[in-house]
Amino acid sequence: MINKHVKTHTDVVCPFCGSLCDDLEVDVVNDEVVEVRNACKIGTQIYFSSNSDNSDRYTSPMIRKDGELHPATWEEALEKAATLLANAKRPLLYGWSSTEAEAIQLGVELAEITGGILDNCSSICHGPSIMAMQDAGIPKSTLGDYKNRADLVIFWGCNPVHAHPRHLGRYSEFIRGYFRKDGLNDRFMVVIDPRTTHTAQLADLHIKVNPSEDYELFSALRTVLKGIELEEEYVSGIPREQIEQLVEVMKSCNYGVIYYGLGLTHSLSHHRNVENAICLTRELNDHTKFLIQPMRGHYNVAGSNIVFSWNTGYPLAIDFSRGYPRYNPGEYSVVPALLRDEIDVTIVVASDPVLNFPAAAVENMLKHPLISVEPHETPTSALADVVLPVKICGVEAEGTAYRMDNVPIRLRKVKDGPNGLLTDREIMKRLINAIKQKKNL
Amino acid sequence: MNSITIKNGLVYDPANNLNGEKRDIYIKDGVVVEKADSDAKVVDASGMIVMPGGVDLHSHIAGAKVNSGRAFRPEDHFIDPVARGKITRSGSGYSVPSTWVTGYRYAKLGYTTVVEPAMPLLEARHTHEEFLATPIIDKAAFPLLGNNWYVMEFIREKEWEKLAGYIAWILKATKGYAVKIVNPGGCENWAWGKNVDGLDDDVLHWGVSPRDIVEGLGKANEMLGLPHSIHVHGNNLGHPGNYKDTIDLFKTMEKIEPKKEGRDSVMHITHCQFNAYAGSNWGNFESGAAEIAEYANNHQHITIDTGQVIFAKAATTTMTADGPWEFALHHLSGMSPWGAKPGVKWINGQIEGESSSGIVPYFFSPKVGVNAIQWAIGLELALLVKNPWQVSMTTDHPNGGPFIYYPKVFRWLMDKKSRDDMLENTVSQKASTQTSLKDIDRELTLEELCIITRAGTAKCLGMPDRGHLGSGAIGDVSIYKLDPKKMDGHAIEKAFSNAAYTIKDGQIVVKDGEIVATPMGVTIVSEGKIKESSYQAAIEDVKYHWRDHYSINFNNYEIGDHYTPKIKIMNI
Repeated sequence: MINKHVKTHTDVVCPFCGSLCDDLEVDVVNDEVVEVRNACKIGTQIYFSSNSDNSDRYTSPMIRKDGELHPATWEEALEKAATLLANAKRPLLYGWSSTEAEAIQLGVELAEITGGILDNCSSICHGPSIMAMQDAGIPKSTLGDYKNRADLVIFWGCNPVHAHPRHLGRYSEFIRGYFRKDGLNDRFMVVIDPRTTHTAQLADLHIKVNPSEDYELFSALRTVLKGIELEEEYVSGIPREQIEQLVEVMKSCNYGVIYYGLGLTHSLSHHRNVENAICLTRELNDHTKFLIQPMRGHYNVAGSNIVFSWNTGYPLAIDFSRGYPRYNPGEYSVVPALLRDEIDVTIVVASDPVLNFPAAAVENMLKHPLISVEPHETPTSALADVVLPVKICGVEAEGTAYRMDNVPIRLRKVKDGPNGLLTDREIMKRLINAIKQKKNL
Repeated sequence: MNSITIKNGLVYDPANNLNGEKRDIYIKDGVVVEKADSDAKVVDASGMIVMPGGVDLHSHIAGAKVNSGRAFRPEDHFIDPVARGKITRSGSGYSVPSTWVTGYRYAKLGYTTVVEPAMPLLEARHTHEEFLATPIIDKAAFPLLGNNWYVMEFIREKEWEKLAGYIAWILKATKGYAVKIVNPGGCENWAWGKNVDGLDDDVLHWGVSPRDIVEGLGKANEMLGLPHSIHVHGNNLGHPGNYKDTIDLFKTMEKIEPKKEGRDSVMHITHCQFNAYAGSNWGNFESGAAEIAEYANNHQHITIDTGQVIFAKAATTTMTADGPWEFALHHLSGMSPWGAKPGVKWINGQIEGESSSGIVPYFFSPKVGVNAIQWAIGLELALLVKNPWQVSMTTDHPNGGPFIYYPKVFRWLMDKKSRDDMLENTVSQKASTQTSLKDIDRELTLEELCIITRAGTAKCLGMPDRGHLGSGAIGDVSIYKLDPKKMDGHAIEKAFSNAAYTIKDGQIVVKDGEIVATPMGVTIVSEGKIKESSYQAAIEDVKYHWRDHYSINFNNYEIGDHYTPKIKIMNI
């Protein structure tokens, strides 16, 4: 039976991972999501979690009094948050990777007028990729270009079957491309990973590199590429013949791409791994076409780097305490700043550091006032002093997000969401206005 | 509101034949008018020169590759931090300044309109998001069409109406202004690690040549009657001997008539300095500027801008949609016996079915022969082309050098003594032996300077509302403390470095070189005139093949009206 009250939204952009799939269809009845098509399991959940039957969702701002969070009006909650930030000596403004670019842009101004430290989630994930890019550059393209042209696809230290569930189907492996009409049969797939992941199980060639020995393997590949014979019989647990074979595969393709993940940025050598990967890629360009693509996690983590950069020149780890932006990852990065215990107020926008950060950093953060801008109850918001609940971007609010390859797509709004909630953007605007008044700016 | 009377200034307005005459300029409601408004604010410009606001027709200030340039060069910003002011935002400067700083610094130079000349269609939202964070100046962007798969398909099939329809749709979908062509065919071949050698080379898989692309787009541009001609970055940019390719490129358009009133040209060759090289290798490298200028002096259908090289305190950040050239530069700027030196960092960017790009830091050194010759060629082009309406002054910011150094270029163009001083004391001998610069006596007048930085650039762009101070022009005015009777090189550079006043839409935004107001400028777009049926037929074709080209849905491609709250359509 056809339900006349169903409103179907098409071309919906999924606000979950860096794949930023933009082909979802969402059915809405009475402002409740009843069906999501085309999305992966995780993306689907984003939409259903916005519904009113989700008891984790905040319906009004909260302020901590006598150790407990109590509902408050927006005036009270924003006043409290603005006062905390305006009086802070060294505030920290963190998160930004799961909200829209327009809100991030206002976040930069908020950091500027409070003289705070501004950082985003790439500090935890692909920050090393950015530092490597600052050392070596990066040869890359957009996902559709890889789709259309690549005949060699290498997944290095990433497991898209789980982390980016539709990546293989939409961009990298199964899909047909303009020059790859037969989809996966026209591509050779290599997975380089110590584990036999579900992605590795799909590979034409799985190379089980020893954990944390990627750097050595890149160096070995570069050595062979330069025509020098390896003296060692094994490098990183891989026999010499297989390394030589892999170099042959790389040199003989028409268009190769390396997708890499946190297996490189989180293992020993961190940004030096990525730099070595980039150097290998650019040297392969003397033989054929070769590109490299980080598998960015949150749907707008690329956007947070991008928006920070056009406002300040720097993509992450920025300090405004001198009135102008300064950049020094490791000093102004969020975790080291917390470990030094110099932060006296923290505002977290669309992130959950209490769940993910080192315990010592979390302990220091919780010593001081904490403001959480978040739609749902999370370990961070549950421990916050002020909770500013928001409409969910990409579900209940529009905005711009940047895919892992920096392609900007406009997030769509499919429902209004709970009454009385504000968007991230509105909250940032109101905080800026309130703080400007308090500081006479 | 925004009513101003500018009194006692010496007015340079070549479009209206004013050459340093003492006139009063009246602005009411942001527009130049004939009569003073009784309650207008009065600006006393005694002892100063008055010009229309500067118009830069080629400067990379916003969008994906500019921002990648920012993100990958923190060392570029460390030397030039910008603190928050009473009314200004903080940021960072030097070769790729943050968006806020870009707006402030252009305004301080007296510029009020700047064109971003390379907008990838798929990333148009990014360019426009940055425009929204670039204060004061008006902005426009050129969509990149020279390696677009749809364009090449329409040209191969000789579907001229559909090609024009497609361009009209792209201008609307991306809020673009003019047709930009970068290394036609070469960027597509670069997706396979290759390039094209010249106009008649093959574009792999597409059955067209660079010549087909340029001629096809040139023809479509005139069918649409767009305000600006096609804007071309030629093949073989940066290679010795390429002046011949440039002249071949000029010739492709000899038979095409301009369809737009007010414009004589059908082709603009941009940053021509990089395409005006003679010699056959870096050893016998020399200037081909004289040949280029001779052609331009005999043909009215082309315009050029210079792409001047500047010697500055630190490396600049070269960035272009010409991916294969940046790869070559990456090798060129750091070869060692075992390959490209680590440390010479290189970003390559490609856009599915549309374009390529690249970014490499580069240091122009006056002591390096080739760099000195490049510096001289830029000046030769501006001085040897007789008609100033045919040539515009640019540095292809930031490729030849950051825009903040424009006043240095003005000085070299207007004062032979300053040029000779450079030749004798600063730059390599090669600039004297391999170019004709030392033999050129011409010194540009203030009127000519006004043409190559304002009046001519606005005319070339097809923006009749600016570049002059006649009735109906927008109230964009720059005022400099300079006495035309007593000016030497130093005085010229000093005066143009900091405007005494910059007025934007009748509002004073700069006073004595300081920002005093930060309004937001408009985004300038153009529309093609096309039969509805051709437009629809083009879109039908585009939709039919969409899945072959792109990784996003058709319905998510047009950027919509969210990014242009203040928009001005130039040709209606």
